Amino acid sequence: MAELIVYGIVLGSIIALGAIGLTLVYGILRFANFAHGDLMTAGAYIAFFLVTGLFPWLGIPDTTFGSLSFGWRMAFAFPIGMFCVAVVSILLDRILYRPLRLKRSGSVILAMSALGASFIIRMIVLILWGADYRLYRPGVLRPAIQLPLEIKIRPDQVFLLLVVLTLVILLYLFLQRTKMGKAMRATSDNMELARVSGIDTERVIIWTWGIGGALAGAGGILYGIDVQLHGGMGWNFLLPLFAATILGGIGNMYGALIGGLVMGVAQQVSTAYLLPTYKPAVAFIVMIVILLVRPQGIFGGRRA
Amino acid sequence: MEIGGIIAFLVFWAIMAGIFAVFALGLNIQWGYTGLFNIGIAGFFCIGAYTSALITTPRPEDVSPVYAQYVQQIFGWDLPFVCGLLGAAVVCGFIAFLIGYPTLRLREDYLAIATIGIAETVRLVFNNYHRLANGPRGLMGLPQPLQGLVDPRHYDYIYLVIVLAVMVVIYISIERAIRSPWGRVLRAIREDEVASAMSGKDIFRFKMQSLIFGSMIMGVGGALYAHYTKAISPDVFTPLYGTFIIWVMLMAGGSGNNKGAILGAFVVWGIWIGAKFLTDFLPYTLKARAPYIRFLIIFILLEIILIYRPQGLMGEEKRISKMID
Repeated sequence: MAELIVYGIVLGSIIALGAIGLTLVYGILRFANFAHGDLMTAGAYIAFFLVTGLFPWLGIPDTTFGSLSFGWRMAFAFPIGMFCVAVVSILLDRILYRPLRLKRSGSVILAMSALGASFIIRMIVLILWGADYRLYRPGVLRPAIQLPLEIKIRPDQVFLLLVVLTLVILLYLFLQRTKMGKAMRATSDNMELARVSGIDTERVIIWTWGIGGALAGAGGILYGIDVQLHGGMGWNFLLPLFAATILGGIGNMYGALIGGLVMGVAQQVSTAYLLPTYKPAVAFIVMIVILLVRPQGIFGGRRA
Repeated sequence: MEIGGIIAFLVFWAIMAGIFAVFALGLNIQWGYTGLFNIGIAGFFCIGAYTSALITTPRPEDVSPVYAQYVQQIFGWDLPFVCGLLGAAVVCGFIAFLIGYPTLRLREDYLAIATIGIAETVRLVFNNYHRLANGPRGLMGLPQPLQGLVDPRHYDYIYLVIVLAVMVVIYISIERAIRSPWGRVLRAIREDEVASAMSGKDIFRFKMQSLIFGSMIMGVGGALYAHYTKAISPDVFTPLYGTFIIWVMLMAGGSGNNKGAILGAFVVWGIWIGAKFLTDFLPYTLKARAPYIRFLIIFILLEIILIYRPQGLMGEEKRISKMID
């Protein structure tokens, strides 16, 4: 059980990265971005292209860092992948969502557009790479460290937790200390008021998509390192992402972080009693319970 | 292709388009008239198909002991086709009530997320709980109505008539419902929830009725599909095939217009089939990925409709009294 909880925290930290981006977008633009899961897929596969396609061609060595399962290739691919997903996410906004926003379409139309976008991303991934499961580095042994309480954890997973922690701290500093971070928080509170106060809300929206996309990309790559890549991975993340977002209260970044961890632990612990394939269903049940009991989320957040 | 082949193909196209039109009509009540964002049609599709299959087939133990070794199903009532259709509608309506209860009082996108959830959960349950309906292998040999009447080679013509008849009955009943005072309240809720609440309408109840009505029609659609293909398994009811193609049909035809919903189903199903002819020209190595290319075309079409022609091909009909004009 202790081991499942630890694995749950690992999975939960990946969900949290997605959920934080989702809640930022939800808070500022007020629509359910159903494409968020597939942005994670996009990140994972962009890194896959870099690690197995471009970097070997450039001659970047294939050595791994100590007992981790990856090396310099991934070290470069990770930030580049995050950046590319940020660009994809901003482009989606410019091409698909912005025209709808300008026409003052309802939030449901925007959500539908996002659904279409999510399928377009997934179909492109499936056309390019097919429906097989992929690994960044096939055939590598993945030794585990033995911890007390019969917990086995792989060095990759420790590294993953550190990466997520770093990203969350960076985001916290960005939101609290920089001018753009403050503008983002102001826009999230009240977009009209922010606009009259002279905040360039279009710039804020671009930054929001960029940050949300980059975090989703990071989450996708980390999941690829920890487990494997598949075209449908983003879709499977969608329910836990939304459950985490609603649990934490929409627009509440710290709520999304906690919500992500809760969902990760709930999904992993459920495998002790249910088939692992039921994981998305577990996320769904938890979400329904939250909606019945406390639809505004544990930490309040925007009105339900 | 000889003329008989072309006609057989057109009949296949019309049957499937007719079944999808039933789904589009059900969705039109929920989205077109009430503004409910149901993106879990695949769940109702799946439940409708399986309910009808379980109602109309005999228990495997009653067929033969050998058959029962390969097929498991939780019950089998061996009832006629019509009971299957009605049963599918009733069960789907009940499931819709269960989803609507926690979500219809909340923001509109919560219903969307919950319906995605139920669609995924239903598929997972049918895939993994083997005793319910034979797990991933699914059920086979579903009976078809009026089967002994003609040569099996020409059976499709009879089924086409059945599908179109069901479609027309549903079309007429929706048209009548939507022109009634009840239908006016639904459209009022879609346009302005607060204003309709202030006029003393119980928003939650009307939304719930719309959700249940639409989902029951989707259940009938699922049953029609199951008895056409005669074999169902959970992997048919994926979100792509079971939900989003129907959304594209309704958006293309014109949400809020029942004729549009039917037109959209026939047009988009035609594009879907037509895209198959195009992808048949692809080199052999790309063939396996052809379905993804077809879906890509369909979803790019959706984005174009959303931005450039949100009212679809037909747009919403004006519904005012015949006396004015």
